[in-house]
Amino acid sequence: MKILVLISQVPDTTARIAFTNNNTQYDANGVTFIVNPYDEWYALVRALELKEAAGAGSVTSITVGGADNEATIRKALAIGADDAVRIDVAALEAYQVACEVAAYAKDKGFDLILAGKETIDFNGGQVGAMVAELLDLPYVPLASKLDVAGTTATVERDVPGGVEVLELQLPAVIGAAKGMAEQRIPNMRGIMAARTKPLTVVPSSNPASVASTVQFELPPAKGAVKMIPAEEAGKLIELLHTEAKVI
Amino acid sequence: MSTIVFIDTRGGKLPKAAQEAVTYASQLEGGPVTAVTFGDAQGLETLGAQGASKVVVARGVSTVDGQQLTKLVCDVAAAEGATTIVCVSDATGKAVAPRVAARLKAGHVAGTIGLPQGNRFTRNVFSGKARAQVEVTSATRVISLSPNSIPIGTGGGSATVQEHAGDLGPSRITVKELRKAGSGIPLPEAERVVSAGRGMKGPENWGPVEELANLLHAATACSRPVADMHWRPHHEHVGQTGVAIRPNLYIAIGISGAIQHLAGVNQSKVICVINKDPEAPFFKAADYGIVGDAFEVLPKLIEAAKKLNAER
Ligand SMILES: Cc1cc2nc3c(=O)[nH]c(=O)nc-3n(C[C@H](O)[C@H](O)[C@H](O)COP(=O)(O)OP(=O)(O)OC[C@H]3O[C@@H](n4cnc5c(N)ncnc54)[C@H](O)[C@@H]3O)c2cc1C
Repeated sequence: MKILVLISQVPDTTARIAFTNNNTQYDANGVTFIVNPYDEWYALVRALELKEAAGAGSVTSITVGGADNEATIRKALAIGADDAVRIDVAALEAYQVACEVAAYAKDKGFDLILAGKETIDFNGGQVGAMVAELLDLPYVPLASKLDVAGTTATVERDVPGGVEVLELQLPAVIGAAKGMAEQRIPNMRGIMAARTKPLTVVPSSNPASVASTVQFELPPAKGAVKMIPAEEAGKLIELLHTEAKVI
Repeated sequence: MSTIVFIDTRGGKLPKAAQEAVTYASQLEGGPVTAVTFGDAQGLETLGAQGASKVVVARGVSTVDGQQLTKLVCDVAAAEGATTIVCVSDATGKAVAPRVAARLKAGHVAGTIGLPQGNRFTRNVFSGKARAQVEVTSATRVISLSPNSIPIGTGGGSATVQEHAGDLGPSRITVKELRKAGSGIPLPEAERVVSAGRGMKGPENWGPVEELANLLHAATACSRPVADMHWRPHHEHVGQTGVAIRPNLYIAIGISGAIQHLAGVNQSKVICVINKDPEAPFFKAADYGIVGDAFEVLPKLIEAAKKLNAER
């Protein structure tokens, strides 16, 4: 089984969020970047598990971004990807990223393409679906479980009020959510091996731009918290009814 | 010029998120609004109240196949000459809206939280820690609306309902099974949420949490460790790696308020925090706070909620 995993780099979950250039750009100054958790913990690890279970195949990681993505890519290799691809252009928008990935993947015969359900910086959850459309493949978002038998994939996902079990034929694109796998910490051997695994740098296919993020802002500050003594806890319900008017 | 709004109308009555999306579409001023849906929903003509002039419904189509649903939306959009396509940012919308955008080479705004200013749509980024304005530069635009972003419109007339006749191709995804976890209010569209964390000590102690939620007509949620330890089902897990919600009321009981938890709930309109530790970080994000033991505070809240319900 030939698997492609989409990997992106995001600010650490505890990173300070600030903007520069008249609030038109994220201020990356002093920020630690990590591999997007959905890509790393779920998509990549499940891809490796499926390859291991099949006893054959390959797992390729693909990243759209400049040379500053090197650490992210090496981490994916250290966790176990066989090789990596980097499309050498800054990632600006979902459609652009999807076009770059689709242009690369088009003739490569991947059986399965895995993406994280969303990135934790832009929270769009669009790239997987767009890649699927551009490659004319089925796509399931928000998958919390993925099994493959032959060319049939079984996917579970949480839907409001329950769990839905879906079946589809490969090749397909799947958006990985929590539950699909458990995080793997790279060991020393993996980290050493990652240094010599192949990383192919591919030029951009120059997709059209259809949307852009033009301005950022921080959300309005919260007012002061109103404390209610524990002995009078019932007052909270009253206040929610008469003051906040939410019940 | 016209507007298409694609909605999931499954379940007994028309979902709130669907009515919100139709309202939103009619307020975008993109021409007459045609709602597109699928499945066996009845009463679709009532979407006229939210501003739809027509509803096109594909009765036999798969409910989960994004390719068929994308073809449905694009076929209707072409027939209507639509340049604006509104979707809901839910599980169905996420499988369809980006596909429609890619197919039409249109810009997509993923999860906007209100009406645009001019050409600029606001959405939450960095897990609710900031907002971004997105400008669509393509001729056609696809806009996904986050639930709970707009009051539902009323006062429109009745919409004409029309069955979609065209061929949508084969379905490549089939539903094998739907395991119900309960009949509660779906978390993403709940207006009120009662949530509890590791401070509840064990799954056997959730009775009062559920009782309070019932009394307040609220959905229940939990922190990540609670779902990881299988005290509560995974679909209740809110936060950065769980569901992100924006209810009017979020009550957090025995949850410390870690940044990754806040990321999923910080857009709630009113936040109440009950924690025995006065230093719990959650108090900084709260509108109302009670420092106290959950096991003593909950019965008082339940009693007060019963009293309030009896008075109304
Ligand atoms: C990358 C990443 C992603 C994450 N994503 C998420 C996410 O999506 N959602 C999420 O929730 N977490 C997430 N986490 C975990 C997060 O950092 C916290 O560990 C988690 O939210 C803590 O859960 P908790 O508040 O229930 O438990 P704790 O941190 O153990 O807090 C329990 C709280 O209960 C209080 N308490 C104890 N007993 C009582 C009592 N009797 N009465 C009242 N209060 C009491 C304590 O004072 C404490 O504040 C993530 C972490 C990482 C690193």
